[in-house]
Amino acid sequence: MKDKLPLILLIVVGFMGLTDRFLPHPAPEHLNQYMRDTLLRIISAFALILGLGNLILRHMNRIRKKSTDWPHSYTLLISFFVASVIGLFGGVAGELWFPTRVGTFDFNITTIYNQMLIPLGASMFSLLAFYMASAAYRSFRARNWLAILLLGSAFIVMLGQVPIGYRISPAIPEISQWIMEVPNTAAKRGIELGITLGVLATFLKILSGIERSWLGSGR
Amino acid sequence: MNLSTDIWVWVGVFLTFCIYSFLYRDNPFYKFGEHLFVGVSNAFTLSFMVHRIIIPILVRPFTEAWRTAGSEGLSAGLFNPYAPSNFLVIIPGVIGCFYFARFIPGLTWLVRIPIALFMGYYVGRSVPAYLEGSVFPQMRGTMLTQASFDPAQGGILGGIFALLVLVGVIGTLTYFFFSKEHKGVVKWGAQTGIVFVMVGFGASFGFTVMARVSLAIGRFIFILRDALGIVT
Repeated sequence: MKDKLPLILLIVVGFMGLTDRFLPHPAPEHLNQYMRDTLLRIISAFALILGLGNLILRHMNRIRKKSTDWPHSYTLLISFFVASVIGLFGGVAGELWFPTRVGTFDFNITTIYNQMLIPLGASMFSLLAFYMASAAYRSFRARNWLAILLLGSAFIVMLGQVPIGYRISPAIPEISQWIMEVPNTAAKRGIELGITLGVLATFLKILSGIERSWLGSGR
Repeated sequence: MNLSTDIWVWVGVFLTFCIYSFLYRDNPFYKFGEHLFVGVSNAFTLSFMVHRIIIPILVRPFTEAWRTAGSEGLSAGLFNPYAPSNFLVIIPGVIGCFYFARFIPGLTWLVRIPIALFMGYYVGRSVPAYLEGSVFPQMRGTMLTQASFDPAQGGILGGIFALLVLVGVIGTLTYFFFSKEHKGVVKWGAQTGIVFVMVGFGASFGFTVMARVSLAIGRFIFILRDALGIVT
């Protein structure tokens, strides 16, 4: 029962999803739409609540045990609760009863997203540019001809995307474009085909009940 | 210099410097920015999910069905899952609650039911989607046909490039094929493949670096233009 019921459910709904586009009849179409738009969306919302609960508990534990960097857990928890109150009771665009505007100062959750999360996210990702440059210096040393290929193509693609590349030679942007369209496409296509076929094989193993690791430890 | 009077702009500048302080070394300002990012982004996701999923798809149909049942009495329409207001939305709600069964000793296995429904449906749905959206178009794009040499597609040169793509794809697949020892023809195929793989990785690296540099330029422009008003 504990293993069989979830496994049967998985196989039944799996075949429902699999046959969705092969059964052009209103009944399976409605059922599939209900699965996608209602049932699975509600289930995924609960999964998110579980994840958030886990995050809160973990940081509360960090504070209780005074683990490494525990004061920063306060930052996380306070920012989470304050932003949650603003978002939940103020609405996505500040349309609900909780006030999200003081004079001309707007602080609804969408403004917080635009003014705090976007700068933070962009800064974090751009930080990688500095580290990639130093990593490239260490790893791209031309030790053999394959490393020279890697270094050369990276260099040409980088030069091809900035005005100085065109200034050096108008051919550089064209060579960069050719690298992206021919050898890069070939390599990416080969890798992607391999990955997709592997994923499909795993999916079929899950659907046929051969792969059961998702059932967990069996407790 | 034309300093901004918008508080949010200065919040953005402060957070940008918090993150960039990591270039010196790991420090409390960076950690503050990092934890703030996790806290606020999760709060945003929670608010969005409550206002876009929980209330309109779960709570509102149920409360409206309840209200209708109170004023007009129970009817078959209130148990139609496709109706805008119905009692059956409670079923996905209950199944969703099974995620919390992992905290109840003896009932932990119930957590497998929402996982089975979610995973099963999307695994099943993904099989034809992957075939139609990835495998077939990739294979179609790799095939060398008479049309590859069409003057509109680049003529002879376009055909040679298409042939190179075909050789590259076969070579890359051979390089990652480990079921046969890389000897003889397979070895040659794999060696051709590694050439394409190295050029491809280099190109991807260059492309990613430029995307990150572009983001960094965006941040500097934000500080110099939006906050300090030095550049226009």
